[in-house]
Amino acid sequence: MYRYDEFDAAFVRDRVAQFSAQVQRRLAGALTEDEFKPLRLQNGVYLQLHAYMLRIAIPYGTLSARQLRQLALIGERFDRSYGHFTTRQNLQFNWIQLKDVPEILSLLADVEMHAIQTSGNCIRNVTADQFAGVAADEIEDPRPVAELIRQWSTAHPEFSFLPRKFKIAVTGAAEDRAAVAVHDIGLRIVRHPETGETGYAVLVGGGLGRTPMVGKWVREFLPKPHLLAYLEALMRVYNAEGRRDNKYKARVKILVHEIGIEAFRARVEAEFARLDPSRIQADAEEVARIARYFAAPAYADLPDNPPAFRRARAANPEFDRWAAQNGFPHKVPGYQAVTLSLKGIGEAPGDISSAGMRLVADLADRYSFGEIRVTHAQNLVLPDVRQDELFDLWQALAAGGLATANAGLITDIIACPGLDYCALATARSIPIAQALARRFASPERQQEIGPLAIKISGCINACGHHHVGHIGILGLEKRGEESYQITLGGDAGNASAIGEILGPGLGAEDVPDAIERLVAVYLAHRQPGELFVESVRRLGIEPFKTAFNAEIHHDAA
Amino acid sequence: MTLLDRHGFRPDPFRRLPASEIAGHPAVIVPLADVQAGLLVRASGQRIGIDIANTLPAEDAVPLANQVDLIAIAFPGFADGRGFTLARRLRRNGFRGILRAVGPLIPDQFAYAMACGFDEVELPDAVATRQGEAAWLADLAIYSTSYQRDYARGQNILDARREARQGGGA
Repeated sequence: MYRYDEFDAAFVRDRVAQFSAQVQRRLAGALTEDEFKPLRLQNGVYLQLHAYMLRIAIPYGTLSARQLRQLALIGERFDRSYGHFTTRQNLQFNWIQLKDVPEILSLLADVEMHAIQTSGNCIRNVTADQFAGVAADEIEDPRPVAELIRQWSTAHPEFSFLPRKFKIAVTGAAEDRAAVAVHDIGLRIVRHPETGETGYAVLVGGGLGRTPMVGKWVREFLPKPHLLAYLEALMRVYNAEGRRDNKYKARVKILVHEIGIEAFRARVEAEFARLDPSRIQADAEEVARIARYFAAPAYADLPDNPPAFRRARAANPEFDRWAAQNGFPHKVPGYQAVTLSLKGIGEAPGDISSAGMRLVADLADRYSFGEIRVTHAQNLVLPDVRQDELFDLWQALAAGGLATANAGLITDIIACPGLDYCALATARSIPIAQALARRFASPERQQEIGPLAIKISGCINACGHHHVGHIGILGLEKRGEESYQITLGGDAGNASAIGEILGPGLGAEDVPDAIERLVAVYLAHRQPGELFVESVRRLGIEPFKTAFNAEIHHDAA
Repeated sequence: MTLLDRHGFRPDPFRRLPASEIAGHPAVIVPLADVQAGLLVRASGQRIGIDIANTLPAEDAVPLANQVDLIAIAFPGFADGRGFTLARRLRRNGFRGILRAVGPLIPDQFAYAMACGFDEVELPDAVATRQGEAAWLADLAIYSTSYQRDYARGQNILDARREARQGGGA
């Protein structure tokens, strides 16, 4: 993984010093609260309902064991001994004191981490496929370009006071696991159909929030040496023309929607035509320098699916279920990537204790070349585990409560922090996720239902990605009561789609029954091998709507 | 209003006047609507600047850019970053005169403003007093390096790495 050189290290140290001075100037009154706010946000510091929250960047979701141990330490020393992984592959500490932030940032800098641009109206932390570098369906590892964009976008002089936040995601695989179509910019590494050269297909104007939109193609093929100049051109058009009169209409998706993708493309191309990419892009040697950090580890030459692995699976059905459900095919024979679920039944999605972090760090050192990935579904991944060591790993994880075999299943629920923490929330998210997980706790039943993504947001800002949940749940407030709106048929992957609303809002206690009714329609009508979301696409929303509304017509809601 | 450049606070040589009143003043800023009238009566050696909104398309400002000595771009609020892009576009189009940011910027934007091509900042007096000169100069000093190429800033990291590779053979 990427390691800071002396320039990166000096930059992050300078940033800590700068933020410390900004805090002092705020306390002295030289900066007003309004002036200080974007500065603290661009350093990851939010004011939540009960305390300050610090959001730490985990660029493209890649962490070392050493970094994870430092996060565990920070959690113990400055928070309540746990942290929360977010849908943007970051980590949040929810009980921080403002006075401690400079010291925490300094501890992060010690392990080549920071909280830069994890919030605010700037280019945010770049996200990527959690299986980058190991996925069998990958054209190219997206991490080097994600790192290049991280550096280019850091403290950008022109783009640090944008109309609104700006999120970029990258994938290099055939299957989109980074939800690139619901980002302000989505980059897909593609092969040119004629030359075979790899470059980028660029999507723009995707996003969730109160106006969910799927991104549109702005450039089908961008040669690699043009990337940063093209991004500069696109950001310039947005910075100049994005709306600033209404924060809810300020994202680039609204600009694209209002002027149309053709006009937007024409403006970006006109701007791009005036730039000299060679003056903006990193030179080939620098690109190669970054890429070398992501070279594959020293894999052993192993047989695939070795006898010891097969025997362990045959002898232990629980291990077998976990290996099947949480395993992900690795491009190297004899290895497996594996998801460590942070969705234990009844737990808060994405939360992990400091002790849990240390366990994962130790196991990463022992079994996965010291590397950990964070997924946008709020789980962790060990990317490089030998199949013949998977059983040992599973036993160690099980002892620490981290071996829940539900990756991608109905209890692998994405949920934002919601009204339990967040100042913006209109309803609770975590208790809904917990209630649903308990309802569908039976492993056999989860297996029978198969892959099904439930995503829960506690307000219209959609941090829980409910629009792209196969089943989406949006918590609102109606006359002082929490009310949950259910959507169906969203998809964050290749067939990206925004879910449709099924009917009137429900009270929290009615949500599990309603989800049961939707699942029952699927189980009754599915064809062999058909996934939930595929059945929804084939059957349409109507049969689900009918079942959903069957028992709530007499409710007050 | 208080004027500031990379050396600190300094007196403003420019006065804001309508075109009809500029005679006898060595350096004036006229409203955009007045610029043609101002240029018509401009005395030899007299410096003329214009005030423009940050929403003015760069193409509309370009024809004027070769005729004026100063362009002052308004920042209605410090969080409105359009002025950074407009400054970049004017510089790219060859404007070599003085670029001034006008409005309640904060010291933490000073290095960004300079990197985008501004030369100076004109602040409301109350803002200048509250924030103080030292904070502005500190912002210029805090980063020895930056990650973006092609901005008017000190050393950028990408080129520094290249030099290190070539110089040190690493």
